Amino acid sequence: MSSLSSTSDRLFTAALSAVLGMYVLLLLVLLLADASFIGWGDLRHCWEDPALRASFRLTLMSCTVSAVLAVLVALPSAYILSRCRFFGKSLVEVICDIPIILPPLVLGVSFLILVNHVRFGGLSLEDTVGRLSGGAFGITFQVAAVILCQFTVATAYCIRSLRGVFEEISPRTESVALTLGCSRAGAFCRVVLPEARRGIVSAFTMAWARSLGEFGPLLVFAGITPFKTEVLSSSVYLRFTTGDLHGAVAVSLLMISVALAVLLTLRLLSRGRV
Amino acid sequence: MIRLEKLSLSLGSCHLRDLDLELERGTLNILLGRSGCGKTTLLEALCGLRKIDSGRIWCDDEEITSLTPAQRRLGYVPQDLALFQALSPRANLAFALDIAGWSRPAITARVQELSALLKLEALIERKSLVGFSGGERQRLALGRALALRPRLLLLDEPFAALDPELRQELGSMLRQLARQEQVTILMVTHSRAEAETLGDSHWRLENGSLKTGLV
Repeated sequence: MSSLSSTSDRLFTAALSAVLGMYVLLLLVLLLADASFIGWGDLRHCWEDPALRASFRLTLMSCTVSAVLAVLVALPSAYILSRCRFFGKSLVEVICDIPIILPPLVLGVSFLILVNHVRFGGLSLEDTVGRLSGGAFGITFQVAAVILCQFTVATAYCIRSLRGVFEEISPRTESVALTLGCSRAGAFCRVVLPEARRGIVSAFTMAWARSLGEFGPLLVFAGITPFKTEVLSSSVYLRFTTGDLHGAVAVSLLMISVALAVLLTLRLLSRGRV
Repeated sequence: MIRLEKLSLSLGSCHLRDLDLELERGTLNILLGRSGCGKTTLLEALCGLRKIDSGRIWCDDEEITSLTPAQRRLGYVPQDLALFQALSPRANLAFALDIAGWSRPAITARVQELSALLKLEALIERKSLVGFSGGERQRLALGRALALRPRLLLLDEPFAALDPELRQELGSMLRQLARQEQVTILMVTHSRAEAETLGDSHWRLENGSLKTGLV
């Protein structure tokens, strides 16, 4: 929008900018309200809590694992949906969107039912995992449940995002790659993936951020056990429900800081080196 | 030599029926036809990118009808060029050589040869395709298609977005390429003047059939 413009053009741009400005202002005011509500003492007190540090570590680990898994599953899924026509495609698309439209608690309840109450050969999934690992591993109320919930929701967003990325890449580049000696898989790896790399970083970022904010299904399926399944989003809830409003706000600000740091780093990476 | 025998294929409302064609090695051949008459579909079928209903395709006495695009050893430059934007100019030129498993020194030598042939020496060391003009992109796409010395080079309206001077320059370059690299070229164009100047032979795609000559 740097060309010569008339008064009406400038008014149009100004009106759109005003809408954007108001939304940005709303978010900034929310952050400022949080920041003004607590002091350094609250932040220090919050950070000195060993349970919160464990929650912080688990959050970083689970969000990263979930985001990586989400991208790995979303890449082939989004590619197939963007390139192929097949019977029942619309139905598959709707099914992939279920984690986006489903109330979060419902997803947690569904996982709980699937893992504990649906039996295959007389055993539930929970029992099977327990038996196979000699009781060493489980799913419900374990770290696996945290990752499973985060991954399921993040993947749905990733597929949507990556599908748009693949649809913007001309299928003709793949056709040319085929004539130059590539197989379909070779064209995907050598041509499509490099062209989609910024989109992939962006999808990873979205998956990571989505996982960070996940709470509803975790509450039901993973629980909030300090030092075990407590993540930052559940830490906020835990403090809030026990009347520790200052603690809840301090953890919220910590979450926002972590999210901003990760998102900014990934955005810089995608602009620069990637 | 390239030969089509009774080639038939359909794509949507486009039906090509019993196409016969013969192109001599080292010649530049022009394919004319109205928009939507099936020129691009025919080129894609020759590349193996579209299934045909019936007929045969021969290339230097070898039948290539059932070969995959990779096995056909044909070069294809689509109208939008489809350059690999994420790769450097050098990587674009070396793409087919790398896949074919050429050694590093052989790739370097062939890339240099192509750069000289297509006057790309000054551009080849750039890191990306950003800033390449239409003509430069066109030459790079040609070089990428020529890297493995294809038997047939298929060009889909290669000069569509270029100015008249550049069209003339690239046209002469194509004629030189056909002779020098002994590659058979089949080029789609809408310009009758260009067809007259450049073509060794002319073909028209009309109502799903191929006819020889300009008119």
